Amino acid sequence: MSNNAMTGAEILIKALTDQGVDTIFGYPGGAVLPIYDALFKQNSIRHILVRQEGGAVHAAEGYARSTGKPGVVLVTSGPGATNAVTGLTDALMDSIPVVCLTGQVATHMIGNDAFQECDTTGITRPCTKHNYLVRDTADLARVVHEGFYVATNGRPGPVVIDIPKDVQINTADYTAPEKVRHKTYRPRVKGDLEKIREAVEMIANAERPIFYTGGGIINAGPKASALLTQFVRMTGYPITNTLMGLGGYPASDRQYLGMLGMHGSYEANWAMHDCDVMICIGARFDDRVTGRLDAFSPKSKKIHIDIDPSSINKNVRVDLPIIGDAAHILEDMIRIWKAGARQVDPARIEPWWRQIDIWRARNSFAYEQTDKLIKPQRAVEALYEKIKDRDPYITTEVGQHQMWAAQLFKFESPNRWMTSGGLGTMGYGLPAAMGAQIAHPDKLVVDIAGEASIMMNIQEMSTLAQYKLPVKIFILNNQWMGMVRQWQELMHGKRYSESYVESLPDFVKLAESFGAVGLKAETPDEMDSLIDEMIAVDRPVIADVRVDPAENVYPMVPSGAAHNEMILGNEAGAESPQATDQGLALV
Amino acid sequence: MQDTIERHTISAVVDNESGVLARVIGLFSGRGYNIDSLTVSEVDRDNGISRINIVTTGTPMIIEQIKAQLDRLVPVHRVADLTVQGPHIERELALLKVRNSGEKRVEALRIADIFRARAVDATDRSFVFEITGSASKIDAFADLMRPLGLVDMSRTGVAAISRGPDEI
Repeated sequence: MSNNAMTGAEILIKALTDQGVDTIFGYPGGAVLPIYDALFKQNSIRHILVRQEGGAVHAAEGYARSTGKPGVVLVTSGPGATNAVTGLTDALMDSIPVVCLTGQVATHMIGNDAFQECDTTGITRPCTKHNYLVRDTADLARVVHEGFYVATNGRPGPVVIDIPKDVQINTADYTAPEKVRHKTYRPRVKGDLEKIREAVEMIANAERPIFYTGGGIINAGPKASALLTQFVRMTGYPITNTLMGLGGYPASDRQYLGMLGMHGSYEANWAMHDCDVMICIGARFDDRVTGRLDAFSPKSKKIHIDIDPSSINKNVRVDLPIIGDAAHILEDMIRIWKAGARQVDPARIEPWWRQIDIWRARNSFAYEQTDKLIKPQRAVEALYEKIKDRDPYITTEVGQHQMWAAQLFKFESPNRWMTSGGLGTMGYGLPAAMGAQIAHPDKLVVDIAGEASIMMNIQEMSTLAQYKLPVKIFILNNQWMGMVRQWQELMHGKRYSESYVESLPDFVKLAESFGAVGLKAETPDEMDSLIDEMIAVDRPVIADVRVDPAENVYPMVPSGAAHNEMILGNEAGAESPQATDQGLALV
Repeated sequence: MQDTIERHTISAVVDNESGVLARVIGLFSGRGYNIDSLTVSEVDRDNGISRINIVTTGTPMIIEQIKAQLDRLVPVHRVADLTVQGPHIERELALLKVRNSGEKRVEALRIADIFRARAVDATDRSFVFEITGSASKIDAFADLMRPLGLVDMSRTGVAAISRGPDEI
């Protein structure tokens, strides 16, 4: 050890700074006190004190998703770490780069059931991309640099670094990031050119093509979205986005068919079902997208571009897999397309577009227009119309409101939409909005919420107050766990078991008690002025929008059904849902 | 979609770091894959490299998934499917304790001789036999020893390596 020896806590701060970290979301405790002491003595990293560790991870996800940079979390041992587990699982399912630093009891106490001890690496092994227990201060800097590399390269994901208290206190030399090269982990980014040529050939000769793109486009950076948009426009083909992929292609574009999947648009799902060439980029054939697997897009040749080889042939067998980064592969595709001077003969795909326009004419997101009740869809549309020119950042909780937001809010660019897709974590939206607002202090950040979900991390109102974060919480309050109620109505004989949310707080008073502004609307007219007021206020706002409690999300592909068996709402020509016994067993 | 169940022997070269075996086992249990047998041991001390041999069963789609999922674990260097790669050798070692007397002792020794098992411990009423070979050979030996007083058995699981000059 040289004279330049630093404590583990100091090494950690230096390593984070060298990794470009400017913000940490965290909560102190006994096993991380040396790190908090080191934080106290520096100015390069800002610490955001959350109110529960679960909020810290979601905030880091919101920060990561809205910036493309990894989100960083610092929590203590034991309950600090276990509270972070939901957020870590969420980040794993949605491929969000998060580095979570957890305190641990001193190395000599590990395994003795010490106070606030838990087997953090054991608990988080299946819910992280990778995790580390640092046993020696001399390894700490290397592990931190490796951890950031693993979290952000390949398919992004959460990394836990568990740091015992004595490792924070002991001293060692610092290792700079340039000196760290991972021994084993080197994900492939460039696609196989031969396969890309083959894909271009298939795409050029398609008669009923569709692009189906997901969160991988967002994770590959804004460049990937730009290249995707360029390529899709060059072909003139239709495109649909997954829930995680919204914003990857401009939603106002004519070639865009809307979101696909269980609550996707009629035209997107039918086009997926009837296509002859499917070009899947950065999506994973999730069960919410495919519906019944053996009836999924039976007539198509499928191209699947993904950075994660384990996504290939996991649920759906594809004809042409290409492993690599979406931006790199799209760049190659465009180059090869141009080099071949390819032109799509409009006459060849004209019948396909004509068919799509027939599906589109069903207007599957339609809902009843009424002046009496606030229709939740109308609330989302009104919000969209009033804020679309402000380049807003939108987060959601999980449930009906999330689906209406996904259906009706149009995203023109990536990194503007943050939702819990894979894990479906109620309580995600408020802390995620916090993280997005921290990263973009001058932007409008709105959490489109439900009254049940918002209660799950309502304590973070206190964080909004402390940091004066003007997050707008736009609650579509139907007094039910709406999606649970919808499934009970459609599939469980209207037996509304435990889905009514009794004893809700007065959200206006609740907002005020946290130093925020509380607003409430019960009629469509009140709602319009509520939105104006909400935007005008430079403070956090809870907007309690009382919406029609009976409204359901349509269209819907019931569990166990195929895309072409989707059911529509009343306004789009309702058909009553038929849930099969097999479907009931699915979630 | 093919639904035929296949049996594959897969070798993974991994960093010998703490938790690596738990990662592999957790992957199998978490995703519902089968493990028929699993062995792990350090094979390169200087570089801290271990080799894990896994015998597993599943549909071709599942076997592909298993390999892809193993390969994306961060400490995994390489994954090789020996069953697909071609000729390979699989060996397992087992220790069997047989407790008996009289004619059964003679019969046990005679069968052990046929299987080239060695008696590595003996008392006046027991033997411990050591046997190496394929899993099926050990199964056959155990089946024959059962009526002769087999009371205890310890098996290592499969060690496997490809034939020919190439490494995996």
